[in-house]
Amino acid sequence: MNAMNIGTVRPYGDTENDGKIQLSFTLPVPAGARAQEAARRLVLKMGFEEAAVAHMREMGKGFTFFVVYGRCLHSVNYDEIEAAEVQVAAMSHKEIEQFIEEKIGRPIVVVAACTGTDAHTVGIDAIINVKGYNGEKGLESYNWFKTYNMGSQVPNEALIAKAVEVGADAILVSQVVTQKNVHITNLTRLADLLEAEGLREKIITIVGGPRVSHEFALELGFDAGFGPGTIPTHVGSYLAQELERRQAK
Amino acid sequence: MKLDLDQALISRARTAAASIADGVMAEIKPCTTVAVERSILRLLGVDGVDVDGVPLPNVVVDRMAEEGLLGLGAARVMARAMAATGDDVNTIAAKISRDEIELAELPTAGEAAGMAKISAIATKSVARIAANRNYREEFIAKHDEAPTPWLYVIVATGNIYEDVKQATAAAQAGADVIAVIRSTAQSLLDYVPYGATTEGFGGTYATQENFRIMRAALDEIGQELGRYIRLVNYASGLCMPEIAAMGALERLDMMLNDAMYGILFRDINMLRTLADQHFSRMINSAAGIIINTGEDNYLTTADAVEAAHTVLASQFVNEALALRSGLPEEQMGLGHAFEIDPAMEDSLLLEIAQAEMAREIFPKHPLKYMPPTKFMTGDIFRGHLMNGMFNLTGVLTDQHIQLLGILTEAIHTPFMQDRDLAIRNAKHVFNSARHLRSEIEFVKGGRIQRRAAEVLGLATNLLEEIAASGLMAAIEKGLFAEIKRPRDGGRGLEGVVRKASGYVNPFEELLQKEINARRVGQ
Repeated sequence: MNAMNIGTVRPYGDTENDGKIQLSFTLPVPAGARAQEAARRLVLKMGFEEAAVAHMREMGKGFTFFVVYGRCLHSVNYDEIEAAEVQVAAMSHKEIEQFIEEKIGRPIVVVAACTGTDAHTVGIDAIINVKGYNGEKGLESYNWFKTYNMGSQVPNEALIAKAVEVGADAILVSQVVTQKNVHITNLTRLADLLEAEGLREKIITIVGGPRVSHEFALELGFDAGFGPGTIPTHVGSYLAQELERRQAK
Repeated sequence: MKLDLDQALISRARTAAASIADGVMAEIKPCTTVAVERSILRLLGVDGVDVDGVPLPNVVVDRMAEEGLLGLGAARVMARAMAATGDDVNTIAAKISRDEIELAELPTAGEAAGMAKISAIATKSVARIAANRNYREEFIAKHDEAPTPWLYVIVATGNIYEDVKQATAAAQAGADVIAVIRSTAQSLLDYVPYGATTEGFGGTYATQENFRIMRAALDEIGQELGRYIRLVNYASGLCMPEIAAMGALERLDMMLNDAMYGILFRDINMLRTLADQHFSRMINSAAGIIINTGEDNYLTTADAVEAAHTVLASQFVNEALALRSGLPEEQMGLGHAFEIDPAMEDSLLLEIAQAEMAREIFPKHPLKYMPPTKFMTGDIFRGHLMNGMFNLTGVLTDQHIQLLGILTEAIHTPFMQDRDLAIRNAKHVFNSARHLRSEIEFVKGGRIQRRAAEVLGLATNLLEEIAASGLMAAIEKGLFAEIKRPRDGGRGLEGVVRKASGYVNPFEELLQKEINARRVGQ
């Protein structure tokens, strides 16, 4: 990319700055010339130029699917962008064990759960259980983590009670079901409960899930958020370094 | 035989599974459960809710349990109440909810006359289930049956009326089977919600009214399209047999109904689930409902390569248990899934080996094949390709029920277009490879044959190990899905009741008769 233009970026189709974007969506109308024009106009209204309907097909009675291309005239100044990311030095399984042994001197106690109505334990199991994910073993397999995986559909109250009972250093919450933003309601409620119990500052709180980002977690009052692609060492590195940072205070 | 599987190993596996199932039957025989008794009441016509919105079957069964009468069976206690009051079952249920009947003080004198009435009602109820089955079979006989693999899609809006719109569109686009996903928490409710519902989490509540609404909609679109559209729900969780009863009454066509899923994945007590699955499968059997077992779920917690033999072992156990509920092989939709890490070299070969092995070991069974979910990311284009590979494996290995993968899996509940793209994908692949199966052979002693032989060997060993200790001890040891469940733990144990002398479930005999009649008729 040209150094002069590094500040502003727009989508790249096949030429720099062409702004080309592909969109796909459904309109609740039967297919036809009128539907095609409706889709085109809708894309123009979105702010695209040169809207072109590449594909139109009626799926069931009265619903039509479109693939539309357009040119985006907007750009963003890349240099001005700041996005929150979990700030932590990545460590390997072995390095994490060594770090905790030397800097903390006792196992880190972690309580994990899928809370609320959520029954999808794939994420939390990948991070906690020995099985882990893609050959990366979970925190349960570490000598310097003591983990409690409470499984699915755990009420927020039960999670907090367990954390108090075992003297947890950290709580890991996984939220996979996001329909009607149920995860937000649920996480907000957990944050409130932690605050009310006076645990907010004492326990490191982490959220994970396919729709979770670090920024999202911070907004809801948690310490860190981990999204798709997270492996046990990411979470382990963060927990070890964050606990050490807090103890140094 | 394409895979050249060791037939002696297969029969050893079946023998072990039979001994496991016999052990389970001996454990559950002395027991009934609150859910079984509530199903009996539902089949007798008890429906509705009390002033607090509690379903009447729960009110009645809970009262019987409090009075220590449940061991006699809900039918016998109801018979006493009918003889004493002259009321019908629903009036009695309503009176019990208003504390107008003292169950413990009912005279036993008129019991025989009451039982005769109960028996007549039960006979009518089973006749209704048989009539539903006849309707389905006649409709299908009049029209063309869809070629297999059937295209199975899910709707999951939480709102039954919205589900109807999506299901109708999916049927128009070519879906053969529509599953209404349940609200995530429902498996742990010890009652079935009542009436039409428009709010749910990740799915729509299974209620009898919702069943009726969707059934009517699919019948309507089915008439229009000249195809029978099958409807699926979940006879699973704490209300497994009750939902089976509702499904039989409202003519559902398939039920997710696994013998061990609730124990392993919902932490429901094992005795409760095993007792519930037996009666629920009797109902499903008589109703002509195809069950879908849940082996695919093992692979969401365990590795699909390492745990492949646990899937096969569980298929054998599900088969053996289902046979003991009178379920014919043609109604056993044994489950498995396409969940091997796609980054692994030759992963497709391993998938083909597993699917073909299931096909050859369970030749009459309408196998239920589940799509990739574990390795689906937000990359919808890669996901669409993976679903194409899954569809190719499905048609190549002659799977019967193909649950279509959705390219936006792991992102959100499907958009209408996502489901449509899934149907287009499947139709494209099935059509272009329709007769591939009959044109190819596997290399003797090649990778695919070797893999199938390995999995069968491991499964047989596992089944023989389980047979030695019994299923319950095996689950306690964590032999399935790497999950351990204690015998006395889990939800719903308090709902298991020892049968008293004089216990009666009038439906067991009637359903068995219906099942036998169908078998002779075939």
